[in-house]
Amino acid sequence: MNLQNLINYSLHLADNSLILGQRNAGWCGHGPVLEQDIAITNISLDLIGQARNFYQYAATLINQLTNKPINPATEDSLAYLRKEREFRNCLLVEQPNGDWAQTILRQFFFSQYQYLLFEQLQNGKDGQLAAIAEKSLKEVTYHLRWSGEWVIRLGDGTEESHKRMVKAIEELWRYTGEMFIPADYEKQTGIDFNKIKEEWNEKINIVFSEASLIPPSGGGGAFMQTGGKEGIHTEHLGYILTELQYMQRAYPGCVW
Amino acid sequence: MTTYQIDKKNIYRYLEEIKDPEVPVLSIIDLGIVRDIKMNDDEIEVIITPTYTGCPAMDMITTTIKIELATLGFKKIKVTQALSPAWTTEWMSEEGKRKLKEYGIAPPNPKQQVCDQKLFAAAEAVQCPHCDSYHTHRISEFGSTACKALYQCDDCKEPFDYFKCH
Repeated sequence: MNLQNLINYSLHLADNSLILGQRNAGWCGHGPVLEQDIAITNISLDLIGQARNFYQYAATLINQLTNKPINPATEDSLAYLRKEREFRNCLLVEQPNGDWAQTILRQFFFSQYQYLLFEQLQNGKDGQLAAIAEKSLKEVTYHLRWSGEWVIRLGDGTEESHKRMVKAIEELWRYTGEMFIPADYEKQTGIDFNKIKEEWNEKINIVFSEASLIPPSGGGGAFMQTGGKEGIHTEHLGYILTELQYMQRAYPGCVW
Repeated sequence: MTTYQIDKKNIYRYLEEIKDPEVPVLSIIDLGIVRDIKMNDDEIEVIITPTYTGCPAMDMITTTIKIELATLGFKKIKVTQALSPAWTTEWMSEEGKRKLKEYGIAPPNPKQQVCDQKLFAAAEAVQCPHCDSYHTHRISEFGSTACKALYQCDDCKEPFDYFKCH
């Protein structure tokens, strides 16, 4: 893979984790019960940790590409000083928290994807990306189990919780297809996206059937929104960045 | 390095004094996060591995290692993070596990029973660090820090942290 593609790919992986981590952090102090408030923010912390590793690697590569830059890229500059169109995260992770059902379903869809992706990535050609994937996979296993259990608990719970899960599926399903369509910078990664798609649908179906939920008609063939991987986002990302980047924009270079 | 006669073994002894800021009874040696030490005259490199990807204690541990080694006269100190092979609770020393229990945190079980994807699997049998009973139940898989889960003892009724398998 050429260096520019590797940089874009690392940024894509980092952005996915950062934006979902930021979204989940919004629950801090607002979780339905204390234990679940702690759980969702723990997951947020894991995701931001992943993002740091990917950004650090991307920064090293960028500085390699721009021989002796005056302002070298850092994990912070990549998270705090890039514009909306430069972010390459999937559309799914930037969707609003909504209610608990929507947050849970977003996490479950993403964790299942990340689990299957990192399983392949840990044996991938790039040593550092493989190491980050290997390290993160253990945490992702926890995220996946936790969110999967919640999908079943809500889907197969009360009339109200079931109704909310159905609504969450309607909201989020259209953002899942993009994850399996490789962007240009993903084509040389050696990742088998068709395999991920197949296994992802299989796993989702198993959990959905236990949760008495059904995928929308058309399933994986339904209309899907795309563009996030190339920087074309839903309106939500701009608002996320406004909050996330505020301090560095208002007080450039400020530190704790 | 003329005034000191320091070998690797001594360095490890100094690192024994550096504690995990979130679990202050455990040294970074007990945790098993120090992977290697490379020395060359007044240069030293310590290779550590993070426990959890987002563990905020890692930055603090890195700084403490640098400060400690600077007092020994090293001029160039480097702390490198290695991610692979990934840290596992199996690397925690027996001494570390004993100290954890004494501190009131149930140490990780030796067999990694719950690191799989199975949903609603029976919670691991975790021993209460206070009364040694195995009649305990899990309250939450996520606890006060990334590395811990919340449990409660059904016999002595005390809630406690469990250092979860990883």
